[in-house]
Amino acid sequence: MKTITAQKSFEEILEVLERTERVYIVGCGTCATMCQTGGEAQVLQMKERLEQAGKIVTGWMVIPTACDDLTKEALGEQAEGINQAQGILVMACAFGVQTVVSWTDKPVCPALNTLFIGKEDVPYQFSEVCIQCGECILGWTAGICPVTSCTKGLLNGPCGGTKKGGKCEIDKEKDCAWVLIYQRLESQDRLDLMRKYKRPKDYRVVKRPGRIKLSEDLLKRSF
Amino acid sequence: MKKSFREVLKEGRFIVTSEVGPPKGTNVDRMVQIIELLKDKVDALNVTDNQGSVMRYPSWGGCFLIVEQGGEPILQVTCRDRNRLAIQQDLLFAHSRGIRNVLCLTGDSIDVGDHKEAKPVFDLDSVQLINLVQSLNSGKDIGGNQLDSPTDFCIGACTTASAEPIEPHLIKLQQKIDAGIQFIQTQAVYDLDQFKRFMNYLCKLNKDVKVLAGIVLLTGPRMAVFLNENVPGIFVPQPLIDQLQVAPKGKALSVGIEIAGRTIREIKEEGLCDGVHIMAIEKEEVVPQILEVAGL
Repeated sequence: MKTITAQKSFEEILEVLERTERVYIVGCGTCATMCQTGGEAQVLQMKERLEQAGKIVTGWMVIPTACDDLTKEALGEQAEGINQAQGILVMACAFGVQTVVSWTDKPVCPALNTLFIGKEDVPYQFSEVCIQCGECILGWTAGICPVTSCTKGLLNGPCGGTKKGGKCEIDKEKDCAWVLIYQRLESQDRLDLMRKYKRPKDYRVVKRPGRIKLSEDLLKRSF
Repeated sequence: MKKSFREVLKEGRFIVTSEVGPPKGTNVDRMVQIIELLKDKVDALNVTDNQGSVMRYPSWGGCFLIVEQGGEPILQVTCRDRNRLAIQQDLLFAHSRGIRNVLCLTGDSIDVGDHKEAKPVFDLDSVQLINLVQSLNSGKDIGGNQLDSPTDFCIGACTTASAEPIEPHLIKLQQKIDAGIQFIQTQAVYDLDQFKRFMNYLCKLNKDVKVLAGIVLLTGPRMAVFLNENVPGIFVPQPLIDQLQVAPKGKALSVGIEIAGRTIREIKEEGLCDGVHIMAIEKEEVVPQILEVAGL
């Protein structure tokens, strides 16, 4: 699972950096590198564009995994460049941005929008696989998630908008999740699962923001 | 006093419903005129709910006008814009104002409408919505809490008879039937051979549910192409588009009326289903002409 990101418009980045003349740039060597949004090449491009826009870039680095605890050490090693800056521009997912925030007092702003948690289907093509709804129904749906893959997140069969050939009503390129589920369940001779009524989702399952602490009992049993 | 739609469903005669689209704004003059024109010519009138995800005057607002004017309304409710609390609240309000028929729909995607940036709700799907109305009818809300009095809604659902592949839709329809719907108004039907196949499948489900074939008036070739490209669940066959295309200037609407009337006549004569639901989008005033061509 990777966090899929897209770069914000340069205009928006400049707007949020309006009062920040000296900037330090942080990239991420994992997801954002894979997405071509915060790897070394993009960090260097950003440095050049900011300098063209009149900013002073006091330094940059690509942290191997920006959301990791080692970010603290990385920021410490780069203290000289960071101290000269009035703010840090982070080219990582929101998790990376918040990790940087937790280890510095400098103003931090994101250069990316975090889109979804997904997988890389083929190089440079990503798809969302799970929205973390907290009530996994993959056991009833042949391992295909309608909560994620149906544009309306429907739990009981396709909507009436499915196009000819089983495509989604809003995207001719996208297969209807429920047609895929039907086909797979049929091939497994398990269509009775599709006929089963799925109750409305229980949104209490995860109180937002999600927080969990493993109980001591569980931990005792595990070790 | 107009006969209730629930009673009409039991009579066993050919049923005709139609629909009115609410205005984009607060001027209901045209809607009042259309209701006046159609209320005694059809068995019930649907009022659409932000049809095509375009924000409009509410479905229950139109239904109240129908009640006030002595007609029989069918309230369309989609899952797109309201969560389960809001849907139930609207249904209680509608019931208190004499609305007794509900058509439970998923709702078109937000992306096809005029508020593309809005949050799609879909807290429920259409099968769950049917169960919600059943729950209110049994005197409890969907949370299992007691109501001071139950509702008494006659419940309908929609299906796309022309969907390919049809099987996943039939399974969903089975779920809707199992949930206790009393009538089905289908998405637009143009290809009667395909519709016959759908009815054959449906017969195998073997339940006492009245089926009204959806008839969407084609007003011209451009509208037909627009429907194919932009309206979820509607497929206009090319031969019909060609018929509209070769119509003399200013006559395409007449051809569309002819096609709709002819389709209804064939459905009735061949006894394909229990009735029709005529959707003359923004051209509701020609519904009497369609009925005339159909011989109704």
